[in-house]
Amino acid sequence: MSTPGRPKGEFRSAQHEGSSMSAAPKGLLSTRGLSLSFGGVVAADGIDFDLMPGERLAVVGQNGAGKTTFINICTGYLQPSSGQVFFDGADITGRSPRVITRRGVGRSFQLPQVFTEHTVRQCLMLAASAVKQKHGFWLPLAAAVDAHEVDATLELLQLQARAHDLAGALPEGQRKLLDVAMALVLRPKLMIMDEPTSGVSSDEKHELMAVVMRALDERKVTSIFVEHDIDIVRRYATRLAAWIAGKIAADGPPDEVLRDPIVIKNVIGE
Amino acid sequence: MLGSPKLRLLVAALLASVLGLCLALPWLKTPVLLALSNGLAVLGVIVLIRAGQVSFGHAMFACLAGYSAAFVGREFHLDALLLIALGTAGAAVAGAVIGVFMVRYRGIFFGMLNLAFSMVLFSVLGKFGAVTGGTDGLRFDRPSFGFVQLEREGFETALLLLALTLALLAGLLVQRYFGSVNGQALAAIKTNETRLEYLGISAKRVFWGGYVLSATLCGLGGSLFALTQGLVTPEMGYWVRSGEIVFIAILGGAGHAVGAFVGAFVFEFVKLYAASLLTGAWQLALGVVLIVMVFAAPTGLFGLVERHLRAKGEQA
Repeated sequence: MSTPGRPKGEFRSAQHEGSSMSAAPKGLLSTRGLSLSFGGVVAADGIDFDLMPGERLAVVGQNGAGKTTFINICTGYLQPSSGQVFFDGADITGRSPRVITRRGVGRSFQLPQVFTEHTVRQCLMLAASAVKQKHGFWLPLAAAVDAHEVDATLELLQLQARAHDLAGALPEGQRKLLDVAMALVLRPKLMIMDEPTSGVSSDEKHELMAVVMRALDERKVTSIFVEHDIDIVRRYATRLAAWIAGKIAADGPPDEVLRDPIVIKNVIGE
Repeated sequence: MLGSPKLRLLVAALLASVLGLCLALPWLKTPVLLALSNGLAVLGVIVLIRAGQVSFGHAMFACLAGYSAAFVGREFHLDALLLIALGTAGAAVAGAVIGVFMVRYRGIFFGMLNLAFSMVLFSVLGKFGAVTGGTDGLRFDRPSFGFVQLEREGFETALLLLALTLALLAGLLVQRYFGSVNGQALAAIKTNETRLEYLGISAKRVFWGGYVLSATLCGLGGSLFALTQGLVTPEMGYWVRSGEIVFIAILGGAGHAVGAFVGAFVFEFVKLYAASLLTGAWQLALGVVLIVMVFAAPTGLFGLVERHLRAKGEQA
């Protein structure tokens, strides 16, 4: 996947960090001085960040480094104590998840958020109904959505064989795929995925990521994914950001970031 | 909307049987009218159960509608159809206003906050006797029906036909709603409100719509109840009445609109016979029925019927 707009090979580490990124937002997703603390724990410490269209950014860091907090702020689940979030040129700081989703940010979760008492197809249909904003007491769900779009998304995420099964009855890997599919059917510009392979056996991880990344490529969706598996990061990311104590300690091409001594010491392990 | 052809046939057979029995045995009209009134209120509660929420105060909307009909009936002597419409509209407006507060709460807080509102209404109706008639309530004369003044027998028959029609229409409406975008979103509130928000759908707005529909149906039931009795009392909004409505929803089954009416009929007639056979202890019979239902048929009476119909369909 190409990474237009971002110079290849640009690499920042903690040592290089300066004030160069406090300029006006230039990415699809940008943050400026993003900060949030939980009591004495600093989860986001003045984060300046730009994500360019077409990038596949992997976010790594130890537990408690602030990865999910960053995602939660960008998707409206948490409000920052200071700083700003921009998406597609618009300030979305403090906006609700609903508003941010409608602007074109899709999200999947570490614990898949699906409607367990709906079938897989109904889950996608309900998601698809949100695109057209055709709500009402009378309009049947099936009539409110583009069935072709629903079927295409089911096929893209390889869920068509489970279309009529209850979402709650799916194994974890397929729940993860459904979680992504429900966000993808909204036709987002950006997909943010929190640990898409967690809870999935190591045998299935690569297969799952291959399906997800193929789907994102086909729909031309820029993506961010939080990941602990370095093999997955190496294979699927075009850019890597390493989080340490609420800050981006290193950011750049995966191979370079993974060679950074600070990242090796604090994230990957000696 | 009602489901399989077998189910439609069953509903038609039930309606015909009820009507036939009432015409053959006129004393049945009053208990059947009370059962239909209850059934409509239960239908309202079933809408909320769809979202995984249980209200212990929904009798307040039936009570509000009943009092609205009684006030207007006493003051302006309007036609029964207008009184039902006004009572129902009153409950809908109250539901829309109270719903604004209620949609912020879930689970036990939602249930108890509804109960709190209903107890406020109960106390107001009891204490402001000069206006509300106090604990004795308000009596009102039998109104005209379709602008025709009928004797008691004719009025009850007309009201019965209207109640059966309204029950059928309300059942169809609720089933249609359950299959609609909003109805499916309402059911999604039960399992994952977070995801609903991350689809760009306002869970609060969806729940508010369900709450207003629920209050409206309870109001429709309350209006019919008031016209059947010609009397409204604060007891209509007492928390025990709200509990009964939830009880009937569990008894009949919350999975389908028909369950509300099956439950309401079983409740009304078990109560009727238990009250004559076990004077002063009819609640015992109902309690035993509920215990058996919870253990033997957690999906309610209609859940059993549905399972039977599905099994037969698969065999065929």
